[in-house]
Amino acid sequence: MEDLYRDNLLDHYENPRHHGGLENATISHEESNPLCGDRIRVDIKLSSDGTQIEDVSFSGDGCIISQASASMLMEEVAGKPITDIQKLERQDVLDMVGVQLTAARVKCAMLGLKVLKTGLYQYMVDHHHS
Amino acid sequence: MSSLDVARIRKDFPILNERVNGRPLVFLDSAASSQKPVQVLAAMEHIYRATYANVHRGVYWNSEQSTELYDDARCKIAQFIGAPSPENVIFVRNATEGLNLVAYSYGRHFLKAGDEVLLTEFEHHANFVPWHVLAKERGVKLKFIPMTQQGTLDLSKLDELLTPQVKLVTFAQVSNVLGTITDPRSIIDRAHAIGAKVIVDGCQSTPHMPINVQAMDCDFYAFSGHKMLGPTGIGILYGKRELLEAMPPFMTGGDMIGSVSFEDVTWADVPVKFEAGTPAFVEAIGLGAAVDYLSAIGMEAVRTHEKETVAYAIERMSEVPGATIIGPTDPEIRGGALTFTIKDIHPHDLGTLLDREGVAIRAGHHCAQPLHIRLGLKATARASFYIYTEQREIDALIEAIYKAKHTLRK
Ligand SMILES: Cc1ncc(COP(=O)(O)O)c(C=O)c1O
Repeated sequence: MEDLYRDNLLDHYENPRHHGGLENATISHEESNPLCGDRIRVDIKLSSDGTQIEDVSFSGDGCIISQASASMLMEEVAGKPITDIQKLERQDVLDMVGVQLTAARVKCAMLGLKVLKTGLYQYMVDHHHS
Repeated sequence: MSSLDVARIRKDFPILNERVNGRPLVFLDSAASSQKPVQVLAAMEHIYRATYANVHRGVYWNSEQSTELYDDARCKIAQFIGAPSPENVIFVRNATEGLNLVAYSYGRHFLKAGDEVLLTEFEHHANFVPWHVLAKERGVKLKFIPMTQQGTLDLSKLDELLTPQVKLVTFAQVSNVLGTITDPRSIIDRAHAIGAKVIVDGCQSTPHMPINVQAMDCDFYAFSGHKMLGPTGIGILYGKRELLEAMPPFMTGGDMIGSVSFEDVTWADVPVKFEAGTPAFVEAIGLGAAVDYLSAIGMEAVRTHEKETVAYAIERMSEVPGATIIGPTDPEIRGGALTFTIKDIHPHDLGTLLDREGVAIRAGHHCAQPLHIRLGLKATARASFYIYTEQREIDALIEAIYKAKHTLRK
């Protein structure tokens, strides 16, 4: 209860990691949550063989839960193979956030993952590998 | 100090004794939906326990009892809003259905390409989307009465907006976000002068102030029972008789027919023509009990209490560093809802932190996205009040906001 907005979460909100966007991104994708206006854009730079996330960065605005969870997610996925990202689930993000969220706020926490995955999948479809 | 005996009233609302997150519930979201007094619960429970049977269909005692209570409820509600007769009162599910009924039945029957509907910038989606759909479907044009800086309607350009093409004008008597109270006559008389019909969205006014649709002279008036102590699933559309007579049914089926043969169907009389299928009659009777409850208190007293409450809330909120009040700060033209933002705190984060303190407020766009676009805000927080709201609860709200600011280091 007391630790909903605990220091780790607030720290990610105030000092977001992998934040501000990438100049030479391979993939850029943005979505917002129409219910509250939370907005997140994710820029991804893939390795030359297209299998690895070389660098990743997000930008956006919204509530603490949406922005801090995106920051945590960026830290998690930077340098990872795409196949790892595909395996990421809702529960993984909830574990990163590490606090109990009500249903309405789970949506906020999931925005970053949704943007990341949708961006990746759209890229894969456009480039004919799945 | 209050114009109502709030302590007495609170005894009728058992939910107000509940605890949330280990703290006494401070319920400040009555604009979304109000709590229900035991009198309403009892009226409904009595039917289900003792007399229940469908309305209109049986010739036995139980069914006739249901029909009688249902008709009584319609009479009470007609009287409550100053309708000339219960036949002007159509039972619908909620205001949304009432407004859709007008858009589908009246709108599609009487409006054609090139006609215009005049709305305001602060309409709830319920009084926005049905017109959007009509506009797309029929080539009808939507126009909007703009707002002043204070969040009141800017009526200085109303006569320019009321071109001969305007066939319908529709607006919320009280904005659910800004709280702005608009004098309906200031628009209705001018709209009628050019022959336009006027729909008033009474969702946020009917629960909170005396209403007289005849004095107002509106053509249609819609509101929801659940915001005025009644149950969910029941709402009202009032309409002038000649319009209701001229309109085709919205939905068809059982109950709403005059006669049905293999070749032809005739419609039942108004208002039953608009009430296809088994109605939510237990809920209608519950709403009748809610109207009895409100009438016993007196709607003038309700309005006075809310004016006092919102005045106190405005005063307290103004002390909070970083707080911005959205909409008018004059309690004379503000209903019982205070919408605000706190600098550098997203309303959802605020809502969650307040919930930890047992304080229930609304956070988001309150089903008024166009208004939020106009205000340049993604979301706002809203605390709203009713007959059972005490000053102590406003104090709890303010204290919880300070605590949230502290937690978030703002
Ligand atoms: C001004 C206004 N209009 C319409 C509605 C829609 O009411 P309902 O959802 O009960 O149909 C609301 C409720 O939030 C409202 O505040």
